[in-house]
Amino acid sequence: MAPMKHTLVALVEDKPGVLNRVANLFRRRGFNIDSITVGHSEKPDISRMTIVVDGSGASVEQVRKQLDKLIETVKVQDITSESIVVREMALIKVKATSATRSEIMQIVDIFRANIVDVSMESLIIEVTGDEEKLDSLLNLLRTFEIKEVVRTGRIAMTRGSTTTSEPGRKPISAED
Amino acid sequence: MKMTGGQIICDCLVKEGVEVIFGILGGAILPLYDTLPQFPQLHHVLVRHEQCAAHAAEGYARATGRVGVCFATSGPGATNLVTGIANAHLDSSPMVAITGQVARRFIGKDAFQEVDITGITLPITKHNYLVRDTAQLGKVVKEAFYIARTGRPGPVLIDVPKDVFQEQVEYHTPGKVDLRSYKPRREGNMAQIRKAANLINQAQKPVILAGRGVIISGASEELKTLAETAQIPVVTTLLGIGGFPESHVLSYRWLGMHGMAYANMAINGADLIIAIGMRFDDRATAEVASFAPHAKIIHIDIDPAEIGKNVRVDVPIVGDVKAVLTPLLKLITPTQHMDWLKQLDVWRREHPSTDIRESSSILPQYVVRSIYEATEGDATIVTGVGQNQMWAAQHYIYNKPNTFISSGGLGTMGFGLPASVGVKMGRPDATVWCIDGDGSFQMTLHELATIQQERLAVKIAIMNNGFLGMVRQWQELFHDKRYVATPLWGPDFVKLAEAYGIPGIKVRHKDEVVPAIQKAMAHDGPFLIDFGVEPEENVYPMVPPGASLVELLEAPKKEEVVWPR
Repeated sequence: MAPMKHTLVALVEDKPGVLNRVANLFRRRGFNIDSITVGHSEKPDISRMTIVVDGSGASVEQVRKQLDKLIETVKVQDITSESIVVREMALIKVKATSATRSEIMQIVDIFRANIVDVSMESLIIEVTGDEEKLDSLLNLLRTFEIKEVVRTGRIAMTRGSTTTSEPGRKPISAED
Repeated sequence: MKMTGGQIICDCLVKEGVEVIFGILGGAILPLYDTLPQFPQLHHVLVRHEQCAAHAAEGYARATGRVGVCFATSGPGATNLVTGIANAHLDSSPMVAITGQVARRFIGKDAFQEVDITGITLPITKHNYLVRDTAQLGKVVKEAFYIARTGRPGPVLIDVPKDVFQEQVEYHTPGKVDLRSYKPRREGNMAQIRKAANLINQAQKPVILAGRGVIISGASEELKTLAETAQIPVVTTLLGIGGFPESHVLSYRWLGMHGMAYANMAINGADLIIAIGMRFDDRATAEVASFAPHAKIIHIDIDPAEIGKNVRVDVPIVGDVKAVLTPLLKLITPTQHMDWLKQLDVWRREHPSTDIRESSSILPQYVVRSIYEATEGDATIVTGVGQNQMWAAQHYIYNKPNTFISSGGLGTMGFGLPASVGVKMGRPDATVWCIDGDGSFQMTLHELATIQQERLAVKIAIMNNGFLGMVRQWQELFHDKRYVATPLWGPDFVKLAEAYGIPGIKVRHKDEVVPAIQKAMAHDGPFLIDFGVEPEENVYPMVPPGASLVELLEAPKKEEVVWPR
């Protein structure tokens, strides 16, 4: 199987050191994390991680199992092949003079992004969308000189009424 | 009831049925030790280096099937445990390690004897804890034992700040452990079990490949029934030795880099491998791309992450070995595999693998065979790592679980002597022989003091060849005999033992071997024999690195050089 980007969702106990355990596992097993985002879930004591990894199906399945094996992991799902909503946010500080400001604002409008800070020489643009949208906005803004970028990494959720955090036994393995 | 952290830990240990603790104290863990006299049920064994506390706890765990417990203080005490913890992790041995930590207000300040031991042991423990809230201590200890012994067993470390040991809190015996994020699965999936049964019933050349999971699960009887019902030959891994009686007519002993040639050939020729409680370690599979090229593979293991990790598997079954084999047995049709077994017997006849050549010098193989005969196969053998370990595995015949105790996954030289301490503590009535090399023995020989202090009747056989033998063998075979850093000076081991109050004999002639062993057996207490063995003896068979299981080197018939070809 050819390597491709996989999106894993991990629900973990909200305890100190859990992120360290997850990060350590990826390092130890030689997996590169493309992005990882961590935050609260709908349950107060469970954190939700969205992890994007590059790899073949078999190797990602192995990392999913290793992740599941951590005692504080409640559930791990590879939702790559499911119908999902994927979002990422970025803040982009771009050079803007009186000559270029209006052109930049037009681009921002087209991307349904927001300007959240204005100064004499720069703007901060807030944009939300999938990676492709963010990439193309960044490409367009490059002509104006990008001064600073921060991206959150991917968050994802399956479409429809099913949820990742539904109760039930941890999935043991894909095969059985 | 008001109790201190130290009392809470001891109370929990007693409730877990702990009887023996291996450890060394120090400043940070002193308050815990201070409470030990209040719990006379807990016997503390003072070792001479914390690494040995962990090895002894593992030896105890393997001998008894219970959780081994070790204590160490903060800083160097804790870091010294690391090798022993890693060993238990790789060999799936249940262990709880409790380390002292600097007081809470010093954590993160690089205080005296502070190390981040939970950070350090993250990848080598099944789980670990730093307890900052004394009220949680009871729950944590209970969880730690539960996690260590259930599912795939492993080591759990609990790091406890000094002031947590001392703090008094209201304590109630913790209730049942229920972790939503940890629910090891015992029962196998029935649909998968049926698929496996179909493959077994159709196979012409099946082989059972049994690992340590069989022993941990206590499934030797079920394994025997499976083998006998369908007349399936059984091969074990190194750590699976004893899970199936090696004297059984269906036993083809063990496979791998130094396994029996015929066992490797059986795997190579099989059309079905029934892998039970094992993890396809590279020393067992040799070159994995050419492992069992004609076989479908059924893989039964309690750890889902082992499925498909190293080899492709046709029918995976996640579950406890015993809980899977029990329903599987009901689906197996009695069969004969006459032709297949006949073929295996031909291979065994042509490649006996454990023949000992005629020699006037003391061959290490002959020493092991002599110990086997003197003990009538009834001893528990604990080994170091290296050639001594392989000879002990090859030339002793094991018929009962947990009678061969050795460091497999980590290959820790120095494991033998401290593990013997734990084994003898756990099974005082067993005849325990520590078969070691002079290199391996010198890594932890200070445990002679522990053996003497506890009056443990461990019999020690040192295969003294004046080399780090296994590495020397690799240098001979693959590095043009450049013996860099392998020649090994050693002390007079008998005098050394005497210094520890342990009698011993130096054996330099072949005819002294058997009388020395008999003398050791007759002596009521520990005894050491220093066998001066053939210095450049090699372990055969050997699968060279990168080769497949059947591309192996066998013992040269005369002086012929077989490698390099």
